[in-house]
Amino acid sequence: MTATAPVVDRPAKKPKREQRFDEGTGRLAAVLLSPTLVVLALVVLFPIISALRESLFQSGQHLDANGFVVQGSTFVGLQNYADIFRGDTGHRFWNAFYNTTFFTVVCVVLETVLGVAMALIMHKAFRGRGIVRASILVPWAIPTIISALLWKWIFQADGVFNAIIGTQVLWSTDGWQAKLSIVIADTWKTAPFIGLLVLAGLQTIPAEVYEAAKVDGASAWKTFTRITLPLVKPALLVAVLFRILDTLRIFDLPFVLVGPHKDSVETLSMLAYDEAFNVRFGPAAAYATVLFLYVAVVAYMFVKILGADVIGEARAKKPGGGGGGKGWRRKNAVKASPGTSVGAVSMGGGV
Amino acid sequence: MAFVAVAGSLVLLAAACGSGNSGSSSSGGSSTGALDGRGPITFATGKDTSGFLPKQIAAWNSAHPNEKVELKELPESADAQRQQMVQNAQAKSDAFTVLNMDVVWTSEFAANQWITQIPEDKVPDLGKLIPATVETAKYRDKLYGVPITSDGGLLYYRKDLLTKAGVTTPPATWADMLTDCQKVAALPEAKGMSCYAGQFEKYEGLTVNFSEAINSAGGVIVGKDGKPNVNTPEAKAGLEELVNGFKTGAIPKEAITYTEEPSRRAFQDGKLLFLRNWPYVYSLANKTDGSSKVAGKFAVSPLPGKAGPGVSSLGGHDYAISAFAKNKATAVDFINFMASEARQKANLEATSQAPTWQSLYDDPTLGKQFPYLAPLKASILGAQPRPKVVKYGDVTAAIQAAAYGALSGTVAPDKALADLQTKLQSLITN
Repeated sequence: MTATAPVVDRPAKKPKREQRFDEGTGRLAAVLLSPTLVVLALVVLFPIISALRESLFQSGQHLDANGFVVQGSTFVGLQNYADIFRGDTGHRFWNAFYNTTFFTVVCVVLETVLGVAMALIMHKAFRGRGIVRASILVPWAIPTIISALLWKWIFQADGVFNAIIGTQVLWSTDGWQAKLSIVIADTWKTAPFIGLLVLAGLQTIPAEVYEAAKVDGASAWKTFTRITLPLVKPALLVAVLFRILDTLRIFDLPFVLVGPHKDSVETLSMLAYDEAFNVRFGPAAAYATVLFLYVAVVAYMFVKILGADVIGEARAKKPGGGGGGKGWRRKNAVKASPGTSVGAVSMGGGV
Repeated sequence: MAFVAVAGSLVLLAAACGSGNSGSSSSGGSSTGALDGRGPITFATGKDTSGFLPKQIAAWNSAHPNEKVELKELPESADAQRQQMVQNAQAKSDAFTVLNMDVVWTSEFAANQWITQIPEDKVPDLGKLIPATVETAKYRDKLYGVPITSDGGLLYYRKDLLTKAGVTTPPATWADMLTDCQKVAALPEAKGMSCYAGQFEKYEGLTVNFSEAINSAGGVIVGKDGKPNVNTPEAKAGLEELVNGFKTGAIPKEAITYTEEPSRRAFQDGKLLFLRNWPYVYSLANKTDGSSKVAGKFAVSPLPGKAGPGVSSLGGHDYAISAFAKNKATAVDFINFMASEARQKANLEATSQAPTWQSLYDDPTLGKQFPYLAPLKASILGAQPRPKVVKYGDVTAAIQAAAYGALSGTVAPDKALADLQTKLQSLITN
């Protein structure tokens, strides 16, 4: 009896054992991943939470009778956030908000157009393509702070730019010209980034698709809008999303090229920096949080509306091939290949 | 957000460094009172471009083997230096003992109790330093540092052209300067030249130039009582000199973009008859390697004013002791060593930085080597510190905004000064 009992029990335990096996794997995975998670928590989660906490406090804003700053921080709730939107600071905030948005929209549109053009050029096979590719990528390889300095010299009163256009425009003074100088420098620097990602996308498009279009007698423009753009869309969307996120945080270019405290180019990051620089960490954290929310909302809307596949989630939906990413492209590629045969057929018909 | 993350991790890092630095002796820590404890210390300073500072420190270290000074070089930009010192203080770290501070930081650092008060009897040579420089190291009449270098504005002028136009002495007032310009303008050599320029870009240099204009006309930005008083006829007269200069073209339009270096280049390229700048320009403009077109053709004098000599803004550096440092007794000795006449003389000879000892300006051999010393002494003796306020960063930003608006012609001088007064009152009262 004692010998048979386990035998009887065994079938009942079987599914449990499988579960335990899964649990074990899960636990092992958790153990193996835990160092990564701890590091992530330390370098990502902790600063975010600490910044959120910081944004609810104020410190060092009052002097005692001896002229010393009253030590310790006081909890002020949402006052730092409220202060951002009212009075003098409110005016400054909305100006910076407008500038940030303006730079993001204008720069990203220009960069996308130029970047796609650059990618198309780099994609073409011609003599000296290596040199062209390398030279297009040079601006992207230069650190922003260095390119900001370079452009500062180019745009200064006796600089190269004024010599070329033949009149003296004082680029770094407050006004539209300061905005324009930022747009030019930012576009110069980051259009190659979009070009690079789009080039990667272009190289995955099979040549037969273009051959078929040629056979069908499609114009260059039609080929571009009906084949190249749709097929390169996943890569392009990711590139544009990255640029949008980057430009929303723009700081070093206006700070160095035009200078701090200039109304026409002051951005939200510059406001946060300015507060932190004057040892008001609470308001600085509040500014940074507002900027963080703005960036998050824009990114979310971009992903939702345009279906950019940033983290590769579409890969999971491969069979359905519904939204964006590789699945989406495959579907099109499949669609396109019958087109090839149609082209072949029509060619045959023509003959 | 990335910014906050970076700032957060920097603070963490600073804290880690601080606690990791196990002390060698005495209590130290956050006790701000006594200047006791001996042993190794650190000296935090901006990037030393001359290469001479390590030699000064080596001289101390060889004489004090048990109280060695370790050099901690911070970035070259003053803003970045201040930021690191503030972060160090926020983390209450003892990583920095002696701080090499810009003269305008004293009030903020003292009010926040980031630096230690130094009893005046601990600094034996204090009385031999130029009084205006000692003032920069004081907060509410208490000493928080020792001035090691100073700086004053100088008027660089084209001696060759003035002589040719029959002018023998440099101008003492703005009116004289404008008259001289008109005389020189008649010369064929003066074609395409402008009369005067300073530093009018929206940055700290604008605060300096604006303060000088207002002080030279008898006005103040922040009075002796610590209260802002900038909406006055005197201040208006000072500001209008600059505004009119831009309007009439005596100051070239592009001067609104000038910082120290572009204005120096303009003078060196022969575009300016008069230039307001710091002493460092002297040797560069006198270079005969072809970089300067005016080598040997210019001289310096104190700044001109409204009715007589002008008032310069004070530059320079003070050495202070971090409130959270250990071995403060050693720190005081080291500061006294660096402030001594011999060390300052050596520093002047090696780096041509302006000293704070009165006697060094009267040394005839030094005077021969550095011909600008005599006008520089006059400039520094009559100089005024920039506003001594706790929220200096906000105050200088407000001053720059008002001055920039007036100079670029978008705001009338009256309104700029009235707005500035209101803004300063809100910044300084609490």
